[in-house]
Amino acid sequence: MASALPTARNGLFATIGAEIRSWSPTLKIGTAIMGIILFGAVFAPWVAPYDPYFQNFAATLQPPGPAHLFGTDNLGRDIFSRVLYGARIDLQIGLITTYVPMSYGMLLGAYSGYIGGRVDAVVMRILDTAMAFPFLVLIIVILAILGPGVQNIYISVFLVAWTMYARLARAEMMVERTKDYITAARVLGFPTNRIILRHGLPNVINSSIVFSMSDFVLNILLVSGLSFLGLGIQPPIPEWGAMISEGKDFILQAWWISTMPGFVVVLTGTALSLIGDGLAQRLGERHHTLV
Amino acid sequence: MARWQASATGPALLAVCDLVVEFRGKQGNVIANDHLSLDILPGETLGIVGESGSGKSVLCRAILRLLPSPPAFVRATSVMFDGRDLMRLDDAEMRRVRGQDIAMIFQNPMSSLNPVWPIGDQVAEPLRLHKGMARGEARAATIALLRRVGIPSPEKRIDDYPYQWSGGMMQRAVIAMALAGAPRLMLADEPTTALDVTIQDQILALLLELQRESAMALVLVSHDMGVIAETCDRIVVMYAGRIVELASTPQIFEAPAHPYTLGLLRSIPRLDARKPRLSSIPGQPPDLAQLGIGCAFADRCSLATPECRAARVELRSVGPGHASACLYPDRVAALAMAET
Repeated sequence: MASALPTARNGLFATIGAEIRSWSPTLKIGTAIMGIILFGAVFAPWVAPYDPYFQNFAATLQPPGPAHLFGTDNLGRDIFSRVLYGARIDLQIGLITTYVPMSYGMLLGAYSGYIGGRVDAVVMRILDTAMAFPFLVLIIVILAILGPGVQNIYISVFLVAWTMYARLARAEMMVERTKDYITAARVLGFPTNRIILRHGLPNVINSSIVFSMSDFVLNILLVSGLSFLGLGIQPPIPEWGAMISEGKDFILQAWWISTMPGFVVVLTGTALSLIGDGLAQRLGERHHTLV
Repeated sequence: MARWQASATGPALLAVCDLVVEFRGKQGNVIANDHLSLDILPGETLGIVGESGSGKSVLCRAILRLLPSPPAFVRATSVMFDGRDLMRLDDAEMRRVRGQDIAMIFQNPMSSLNPVWPIGDQVAEPLRLHKGMARGEARAATIALLRRVGIPSPEKRIDDYPYQWSGGMMQRAVIAMALAGAPRLMLADEPTTALDVTIQDQILALLLELQRESAMALVLVSHDMGVIAETCDRIVVMYAGRIVELASTPQIFEAPAHPYTLGLLRSIPRLDARKPRLSSIPGQPPDLAQLGIGCAFADRCSLATPECRAARVELRSVGPGHASACLYPDRVAALAMAET
């Protein structure tokens, strides 16, 4: 690892180049696929050949071909364009449902692990309570009460998803806090907040980052799944799960309506898992992704 | 040089009075420091020796209030530093003492530095936090500090990460961090144990040189009698959480007054030794959870009598600035004479 790191003096591009060269093939491939999907999502208005809502009744149920890369659905909408716009929605929801709980879950876990004692006991009991709920049942109940929609997905995920990050950060912080550099920071008279945030946190963040890749995949699947069931994003908004759901009535005549968005979901999941595994190797051998 | 008697040279910098550190656990309570009293004079070098588990490191950490409670319970009549009782300071006051008045360096420099920060930033942090220096000013001061502790071309090395440095260099960086607050007392907890012998010498020489420049007091904790002998004005010998002997360095070597000290001295390898084997102290250090009321060393001592085990053996004066917790200091002296 030592030889792979750049000396950081020969400019930003050289540094980035050296960093990328040190990546494993897993990490390179995952990042490349994810890069393409992200590019398509960010630049959807320029990349997409058609308006995702434009219905062309002269061209319904067209199979994949040069005019329509992924074919068209029963209303003549271009599936390729809809998948690109869908990436914006799915990735955005995935990011929020992953990294918002990660930030406060990690903070809570880091403080809890460092301070220990009663604070730790209280946080851990709250965590156990949150973990004890069957997640899918909880989310469906919340959606049933509050009604379908993104906001309500956020509420239910935020209630539960922080627990894994809190557990991870707490466990690692309990190891870190006994190390000499933390004691040295205390000897130098630094305030507790500073020790936790600036000295401890950077050393416990790795496993959370690796886990977040798996979590990201699961969250995209969750949103797609809920939308498929009609509890998430509502048609005609181009969301991958909702698109798969729309296509299921035509699966025998026009397989591409469901299959194409499904394929992109799988591709995204694979790319994120590859990145997760690659990062686990890059950041230390101890961590493994769950997906 | 011979400033071992606190009353003779004015007030002590740090006066520990009757310190007890107890670890309470499921297997019973361990008394790691048993009624310790100790003076540290301004500018002196005090050595603390004793084998592993004798409570040397616990003493340093207890003074700085670094022990987590539970399991550690610390009580003391007083720990006076510069007119203030450290045991009674609130957290914010204690932080100021830690950052600026008392510094501590640890055994293993590889783990004393945060692996994810550049070394320069770590050395600069106390300067910025405690002295309120701006970024550029702190950087210049950091380079000066690193140069002072003997890092070659520090302006080039300041942005390195800890893994890019050797153990000896890292210990120098740790010392630089400790010096940043211009402490009046430096606690060095086995600062050279993790380093190889040639580097050990350099680090010790550096510590002594810095001490002379800044007139700070230095407490050197070690299990190596040789290291202590070379560097310290006064020596405290600890055994099973108690001080068993306290004297100036020449006194300890010429007239040890406790059989444990004698045992330690005999186990120093010597180039001119006639004996083919080093002598060792028979037996094992006692289980601190099951100490009797008497002398903790009695079971390993050739001079032990029933009186040794019957009652607590207090530290008592056996000469000017020389104290021993043995009932028979004369017999120890006789034994030492017979040896040489």
